[in-house]
Amino acid sequence: MIMRDAIGVLLSAIKDEYVVCANGFISRDTFNSKDRPRNFYMLGSMGQASSIGLGLAISDPSKKVVVFDGDGNLLMNLGILTMIAKAAPKNYFHVVLDNECYDSTGGQPTVSSSVDLAQAAKGCGIRSVIRKEADEDFDADFRNMIAKDGPGFMLLKVGRDPSAKVPRVDIAPPMIAERFKKG
Amino acid sequence: MKADSLRARLKDAGFDFFTGVPCSLLGGIIKSLGDEYIPSVREDTALGLAAGAYLAGRKPCVLMQNSGIGYSLNVLTSLNLIYDIPVFMIISYRGYGGNDAPEHIVMGEHCVELLETVGIRTRVCAGDDIETALRDARASVDDGKPFAVFIRQETLS
Repeated sequence: MIMRDAIGVLLSAIKDEYVVCANGFISRDTFNSKDRPRNFYMLGSMGQASSIGLGLAISDPSKKVVVFDGDGNLLMNLGILTMIAKAAPKNYFHVVLDNECYDSTGGQPTVSSSVDLAQAAKGCGIRSVIRKEADEDFDADFRNMIAKDGPGFMLLKVGRDPSAKVPRVDIAPPMIAERFKKG
Repeated sequence: MKADSLRARLKDAGFDFFTGVPCSLLGGIIKSLGDEYIPSVREDTALGLAAGAYLAGRKPCVLMQNSGIGYSLNVLTSLNLIYDIPVFMIISYRGYGGNDAPEHIVMGEHCVELLETVGIRTRVCAGDDIETALRDARASVDDGKPFAVFIRQETLS
């Protein structure tokens, strides 16, 4: 499954959760698939979607937080896995859409084709870790993960579609933050 | 100023979320914050965490050594400043006046102008003038803008 379709499947399971989207095609695909005030779109600050999600989850346990992260993003802030494991918020769920490349800059490879980020999450001490290959269904697993106590980590191997023209997020950044904050 | 007194003033000013990466000069305040302080792995990660806290309605404060400004600049310029996400940074001022270990000299010479150059208001505290700095920080953060206070060695002694 290509990433855009995987994001569509994830979004169909999202109800009142707060979704923090990593920069690049993850934000753009999410925005174009189903924009909602409770989506936070990163435009820059690569690597930090997971930090923002963790800060949010720790600060307000009543909010359920789902991070749509990428392999390049997680690799840039890999240490966050240790902080998630330590804080262990029940309301934090981390999905890594792993296409093994920096897609929005032209598909240059990351190291995740030979490094298993799910094992990294497990090694850091995150107990609930799921890995799904690109040809596996994950809908039920995702729904089950966010229905239970976190922290949860799901690595989704996904394909890419280099020919796709994906419009950018066209909401002004202060508005993205403001409407997300209001919920 | 003593660390316990600084903690009390920070709380009085409404700051209620603390994270960062330590510096020996900030050891006192971090110890004083106890479990309220969340250790971050890097300074940019601390700023990301603080941004999430802000989006949850908190008033965050990030503690770091000025060596962390390098890692921080991308988050400050492509998150805080463009989304109007405020943060109060307490930064230890290593290399002030050129007197410090070699690794602190270059950043010590340029750290204030680095933040000012990207449009972040700063104040350098020499001692008990932190009261004014906290007032400015609070006003800036309430206005949606990051603010940095540089603390020199004697401040928390």
